[in-house]
Amino acid sequence: MTDTGTGTLADGERRYWYVYAVTPAAGPPPPDGLRGVDGAPLCAVPHDDLTAVVGAVPAADFAEEPLRRHLEDLAWLEATARGHQRVIDALTADPGCVLPLRLATVCRDTAGVRRLLSANQERFLEAISRLAGRAEWGVKVFADAPERTETAPATGRDYLRQRARRRTTDDEAWRRAEETARAVHLDLDAVAEQSRLHRPQDPRLSGESGRNLLNGAYLVPQEREQEFCALVGRLAGQLCGPRLNLTGPWAPYSFAQVNDLAPDPDSAPEPARENAT
Amino acid sequence: MNELATREIALVDLLDRLLAGGVVLTGNLTLRIADVDLVRIDLRALVSSVAPAAGQTALAATDGTEEDI
Repeated sequence: MTDTGTGTLADGERRYWYVYAVTPAAGPPPPDGLRGVDGAPLCAVPHDDLTAVVGAVPAADFAEEPLRRHLEDLAWLEATARGHQRVIDALTADPGCVLPLRLATVCRDTAGVRRLLSANQERFLEAISRLAGRAEWGVKVFADAPERTETAPATGRDYLRQRARRRTTDDEAWRRAEETARAVHLDLDAVAEQSRLHRPQDPRLSGESGRNLLNGAYLVPQEREQEFCALVGRLAGQLCGPRLNLTGPWAPYSFAQVNDLAPDPDSAPEPARENAT
Repeated sequence: MNELATREIALVDLLDRLLAGGVVLTGNLTLRIADVDLVRIDLRALVSSVAPAAGQTALAATDGTEEDI
């Protein structure tokens, strides 16, 4: 792997650098044999106290227009997302903090990667110390539509009455389910160090039958992991109706926002959007 | 972790994190490859086309506080 930053792939194709994560410089190098997006090997780009883990990707796929087109292709998006996650997963297997970057963060050359590290060094270091020794866990609550046990209405008036009654009982059932989801979130939030609510998942993407009432991410220190998972198990057992789903441990994706990044000269500053509870 | 960790990660869970989490290294704009070396995409269009927000619930982040996607 050359480190000149710009260049071409073996077949003469121009390449860019896909940035997966930022880690402390003291961390181990990316594992040999690990492949990222597009099957490319990884390399480390160090700068002072930080290292960026990057891999070459074809410019023909990651330049503005092709990238836009690709992102509308769910199969391409999935392959890219899984390639990204594979790298983050392998990196988090080692001790030490890994700051995952958002999907498709791409630089034109390694000099650009270094500038990125140097411009944001203090904030990266702050985030690394804030997140070291912690993992993210995902908890979702789903509830199915209320069951109906009514008989078919005999008359039009019966039908109207039944419809009104049904609306009231459905509303009541959803209200209870939402209360349950809220209680689950508050219990988990009390054990977690931080939490963040993602928007409810679309059933067409999740494949889940019910309505997604809670899609929470919880930042949990290692020493509280057992306690957190035990609590999830207890809450799942107590639920009457709604279903609870746990994923993790994840790298702290949902908590990796770095506020006040060095502004890009050409872009409007992004307002801080803290959604943690 | 064990059982949970070995199960294949659902794409939708992954996208929650990769499209709404992670360190964002540019402004929330489209990529400007001509003059800036750092490229990031605006995924809002994709996400809204693939996954229009489900019905709001008491716990759902509202549009006003939704994370930058």
